[in-house]
Amino acid sequence: MSTHAPVHVHAAPQGFIRKYIFSLDHKVIGLQYYFLALTSVFIGMFLSLLMRVHLIWPQAVLPLVGDIKPENYLAFVTMHGTIMVFFVLTTAPQGGFGNYILPIQIGAPDMAFPVLNMLSFWTTFVGFVALIAAFFVSGGAPLHGWTGYAPLSALQSAGPGQGLGADLWITSIAIFCIASLMGALNFITTTLDLRAKGMKLMRMPLTVWAWFITAILGLLAFGVLLSAGILLLLDRNLGTSFYVPLVVVNGQVMGHKGGSPLLWQHLFWFFGHPEVYIAILPGMGVTSQVLSTFARKPIFGYKAMVYALMGIGLLGFMVWGHHMFMSGMSPYSAFAFSLMTMAIGVPSAIKTFNWLGTLYKARIRFHTPMLYAIGFVSLFVSGGLSGPFLAQPVLDIPLHDTAFVPAHFHLIMGVAAIFGIFAATYYWFPKMFGRMMNESLGRIHFWITLVGTYAIFMPMHYLGLAGQPRRYSQFTEVAYLHNLIPLNKFITYAAIITISAQLIFLFNLFWSMWKGAKASDNPWEATTLEWTTATPPPHDNFGGHTPVVNHGPYEYSVPGAPRDYIMQNDPATASTH
Amino acid sequence: MGLALLLVIWLITFASTYFFIAKTWWFPVGYSAAAAAIDHQFTVTFILMGIVFVLAQGALGLFAWRYRDRGDAHPVQYSHGNITLEVIWTALTAVLFIGLNLAGSPIWAAERFEPAHPGSVPVEVTGMQFAWYFRYPGADGKYGATNPKLIDPSSGNEAAIGLDTSDPAAKDDVVTGTMYLPVNREVDLTLRAVDVIHSFFVPNMRFKQDAVPGLAIRMHFTPIAVGDYEIACAELCGLGHYKMHGMVKVVSQDDYDKWLAAREAAK
Repeated sequence: MSTHAPVHVHAAPQGFIRKYIFSLDHKVIGLQYYFLALTSVFIGMFLSLLMRVHLIWPQAVLPLVGDIKPENYLAFVTMHGTIMVFFVLTTAPQGGFGNYILPIQIGAPDMAFPVLNMLSFWTTFVGFVALIAAFFVSGGAPLHGWTGYAPLSALQSAGPGQGLGADLWITSIAIFCIASLMGALNFITTTLDLRAKGMKLMRMPLTVWAWFITAILGLLAFGVLLSAGILLLLDRNLGTSFYVPLVVVNGQVMGHKGGSPLLWQHLFWFFGHPEVYIAILPGMGVTSQVLSTFARKPIFGYKAMVYALMGIGLLGFMVWGHHMFMSGMSPYSAFAFSLMTMAIGVPSAIKTFNWLGTLYKARIRFHTPMLYAIGFVSLFVSGGLSGPFLAQPVLDIPLHDTAFVPAHFHLIMGVAAIFGIFAATYYWFPKMFGRMMNESLGRIHFWITLVGTYAIFMPMHYLGLAGQPRRYSQFTEVAYLHNLIPLNKFITYAAIITISAQLIFLFNLFWSMWKGAKASDNPWEATTLEWTTATPPPHDNFGGHTPVVNHGPYEYSVPGAPRDYIMQNDPATASTH
Repeated sequence: MGLALLLVIWLITFASTYFFIAKTWWFPVGYSAAAAAIDHQFTVTFILMGIVFVLAQGALGLFAWRYRDRGDAHPVQYSHGNITLEVIWTALTAVLFIGLNLAGSPIWAAERFEPAHPGSVPVEVTGMQFAWYFRYPGADGKYGATNPKLIDPSSGNEAAIGLDTSDPAAKDDVVTGTMYLPVNREVDLTLRAVDVIHSFFVPNMRFKQDAVPGLAIRMHFTPIAVGDYEIACAELCGLGHYKMHGMVKVVSQDDYDKWLAAREAAK
């Protein structure tokens, strides 16, 4: 709790540029992040569409794209993964919703460092431009995958796209790291210092907890990736040998000596595994918030939920080696990484149990955000339970680097996290734009997306069991893959339908901004502070006063209360937490 | 809406589980000594995770339907949770996950902690963009020296891995593009890569190991049935990754000896 006056209060901006482009307002910056992620997700999704089409119709010549060669396919793989992980799954939940909602939910007028906030968005934007530029340079985008394993990523001659395209790729990631570090500092400081009177830590909404812990993970993880990326740039351009031993590419001896390809993997996954929690924790927070709101019940086990978030965050830093069981790393360390990875299943299971406990004996209202939150739980269970397979080194022998792995992580950190973003969009849209999104379109979008994503990713598990390796641009060369083509066709059809259905969302989003029904200040009858202020919130969030918090975040259906929810700033009564 | 959720979630659960149980798409038959144990560990994991999967999805669908808002004023349970329940399910999941891990670890230890037994067949595997080469040390049991400067991929075999023929130990080394193995003999593998990381994946042998430039990784497995088994590269290695395949031919000891003798004679 801050006892001093916030130092960052700034006057409402005049003029278009200060208001909408170089804005200091966390709400505008949040929307900037959101629309950057929206642009990115449609690019990333389009790339996945091209990949799926190429896999089953390898000879097809597509409009705009033309003939897809193996190196084009791998460039799509790389750019799809990089765009989705960094500019969608990190950008939308944290930069977008975290920025917009966190200060309001803790009763603050803005983020702690508004200029830093603006800077972190525009730095992210520069990173995005650098990444997209890789498509347009000689040789095109790199083909080393979003994980960029050295020496493939470190050698200019290792393939098309490994020249300037790969330099732009790693530069973009380094810029993104810098932006994320600035953002993380801001989130942590804001949460610790700018909470309104009465907003004790254990009264913070679980969304705030999730964004806060995500920021801590970001602070610890992105610095490592930044350093790793700089070393890679040096290896690529200045002839150092951090990651490259003596290698011979196509008969040419390269000038490197003594480097370790595994060093890159250690550094990358030391970032990479916390990164998957950076992508999913905000979704967990939103799901908790939305489930409780629409179940009209307090969240089951609030404290357990907070400790589970902390547990996941802490253990998330001790499991990176489970990506490397087949890498040549010591098999003894595999044993330890495996044990830690299994342990991370425990807090994940606690969260699932508590979500189910929240629904038990509830009175559920099925608005679109709630459908997506329930979808999140279903996908989290499905994607989570393939984790204990991959966490066992002995099962990685058949499963590692097969389609089983993309099946697992797409369900849990891809689609589940996207469902968290959808839940958040449908839930907070009224607050952000003052209008409601269309419920019928929302439902149609939900049903197609839920069934469609299961139809895409569940069969990928079967492909993995059958031994289909990841990142193959064609299934023509390995005989046993021929039998799997029908199932691959099914996945492509499901992908085409599911991706098309996202246009419904896009239409609903923009149509509702101008034509949606007017929203009241608290359309969901929710309890947290963002619903106590005007819609959309004024520049300083609460119109000149600071709220005082008297209640926990999820006081629904309190016996004896006049209505079925008590807002966090309602006058104190003895009966609630 | 509650009923629709129940039906769709249950249907997804049923369909997903059905194709696992029916084994419509499944592991290729395992023909190595370790395959049975690995498959068994998979089955145990699948049964346990399958039970949790069905129960969790079942409860989610059921609760969505059972506790929907019906417009009446049925009481909502005002509860902030239950410590006893939290402790119980935390303990149960911990036992389940850690137990599963411990159950699988002896197989891992046998595969990876122990070196190959004496008397096993030494073969060196070399991966390069986009081919596999296999080297047999010959009668002296020693691999001859290789020299990166001598690597000439376009010439194939000995030249492709840069075998230094001036080294006496290299004289009887045999290098091929197809891996021949005698059945029921343990293979003592040394995995290398000359350019980028590749991964030696033989689904029928339940074998996978990355081949990393700069490292010589020792591994072993034992084929238990005569036959031809495909190798697929399992680590993204460049534009030809999808076509970096090869073949393991497991033959009888006699056939193996004859093949090796013929290769030696042809040198």
